Amino acid sequence: MTHRLLGLGLLAVVLALLPLGLPNNFYLDMAILAGLNAIVCVGLNLLVGFAGQVSLGHAGFFGIGAYATAVLVSTHKWPALLALAAGALLSAVIAFAVARPILRLKGHYLAMATLGIGIIISIVLRTETRITGGPDGMIVDPLNVFGFEVYGERVWYWVVAGLLLVTVWLALNLIDSPVGRALRALHGSEVAAETLGVDTARFKAMVFVLSAVFASVAGSLFAHYAGLITPAKADFLKSVELVTMVVFGGMASTFGAVVGAAILTVLPQLLTVFQDYQHMMLGLILMLTMVFMPKGLLPTLAGLVQARTSLGGRR
Amino acid sequence: MAEFLQYLVTGVTIGSIYALAALGFAIVYNASHVINFAQGEFIMIGGMATATLTAAGVPLPLAILAGIAGAMLVGVLIAKFAVERARNASVVTLIIITIGASIFLRGLAEVVWGKEFHRLDSFSGNAPLMLGGAVVTTQSLWVLGVTAALILATGLFFNRTMAGKAMLATSHNRLAAQLVGVNVRHVVLAAFALSAALGAMGGAVVAPITYSYTEMGIMLGLKGFAAAALGGLGNGVGAVAGGLIVGIAESLSAGYISSAYKDAVAFVIIVAVLVFMPGGLFGRAGTERV
Repeated sequence: MTHRLLGLGLLAVVLALLPLGLPNNFYLDMAILAGLNAIVCVGLNLLVGFAGQVSLGHAGFFGIGAYATAVLVSTHKWPALLALAAGALLSAVIAFAVARPILRLKGHYLAMATLGIGIIISIVLRTETRITGGPDGMIVDPLNVFGFEVYGERVWYWVVAGLLLVTVWLALNLIDSPVGRALRALHGSEVAAETLGVDTARFKAMVFVLSAVFASVAGSLFAHYAGLITPAKADFLKSVELVTMVVFGGMASTFGAVVGAAILTVLPQLLTVFQDYQHMMLGLILMLTMVFMPKGLLPTLAGLVQARTSLGGRR
Repeated sequence: MAEFLQYLVTGVTIGSIYALAALGFAIVYNASHVINFAQGEFIMIGGMATATLTAAGVPLPLAILAGIAGAMLVGVLIAKFAVERARNASVVTLIIITIGASIFLRGLAEVVWGKEFHRLDSFSGNAPLMLGGAVVTTQSLWVLGVTAALILATGLFFNRTMAGKAMLATSHNRLAAQLVGVNVRHVVLAAFALSAALGAMGGAVVAPITYSYTEMGIMLGLKGFAAAALGGLGNGVGAVAGGLIVGIAESLSAGYISSAYKDAVAFVIIVAVLVFMPGGLFGRAGTERV
């Protein structure tokens, strides 16, 4: 309990102090993108890290949120928050519809099915040119909340930072609730969880829908912030990027997901110094990290610290 | 009818490449329970090496062999330095390791061969054949012939040779295979080498049809995975059937329904099949040991 508040407080302090250390808008921009990715990853981590269910298709839900906002706000002139809610609802409905049949699958078959759904969504977005603008994407109006326009990197930073804190707080509460315990139980063994009376199908569907909604909301905000949305933001490689952030930072660690999102958002920018070799470097770093730290960054580091002090709580 | 036949020929041709990729997925999955997301990159290496080496004046057979050798080397390196070291990691960690490998290989290919499309001439001229009103390019025949030969050779390897039988034994029970003297580490390396060779050969024969570029392996690999899952993971015959089914369905729907949604067909099929048959078309229903 106190542990949870401590972590949340630490994150709040870091987010509050971060802008002081960022010299210009370029870095602020990266922090905003990292924050939006982190929101998706905190949700995805509930599914992948805690419930142990792989998803290689969550960029599809990010894309649905982003395109719902783009189409409803820019084409149909809906209020931004209403469009965001509509996108989240659509994501939830799609996620709910596919959740039960798909989450019966295990391991690589589940990876295949989620990958398939993500790709189908991205192909629809790419192909329905009359609505979505096709491969070139769409221009999106700025975020306007009750007549107040969110404008400029500095304001956006505080919006995203605030929302990230709320997301993390929600996730931490969920993990420490009976729902969270049920998820961890079914991760350990579904049969064992069922014998204890856990409705595994229901809990898996629930966390799948929840993670889809987080991704959708982040997608809506991204569309407003970037001002342009393309189908590439919903494709397989984006899905891979999101899962990689979760696993890189540390599965079943909410703060690990945030750290993973931050590092892997910034890393490709840093690697541009390698110019032509940047993709090789990115692939190499991913491989080496996963080979030598299969549990991910934060749990491995926490394990080292714990081994040294040999006291302190879990995580 | 001629139209249908035409779509069928196109479908079987591209389906052959999916089948080779799916067979590669199955072989690696059997040996190590890993889905190798770099499988598509083996296809890319085969296609790129053949196209660029022949352009540099190397005779075609030599260029193909060089591409296969390169892909096999890469496969063995991935198996030895990444997959074997992380063999106790979770499914998702292993997925990310092989995806890391595929990003690395695409990056490497960009450095070596550049981002542009490379053209490769058909192996034996451009004069097409007519078959019941359908146009069949000679390169299609090459694809079909080479694929059939490779599948036959793979089947013989697994059923007739000691090494093949050792690999099958390992896939059934790793520990038991180890007890009767099979070196299971070598089996994993051999599986990666074999699947790399199949992929690279597929890439070389399909390159004159699709052109080769560094990202050609992404979709081919994913559809190969879909085909492998369709046939039931680890089922070699199922993988080949899955590849042909995906290729034919894709070609027919492109012809009769919408060519824009061609790439979605494989995934619609696999999602629909998995919903009703969670182990694929030819897979057995799994049981969980408590």
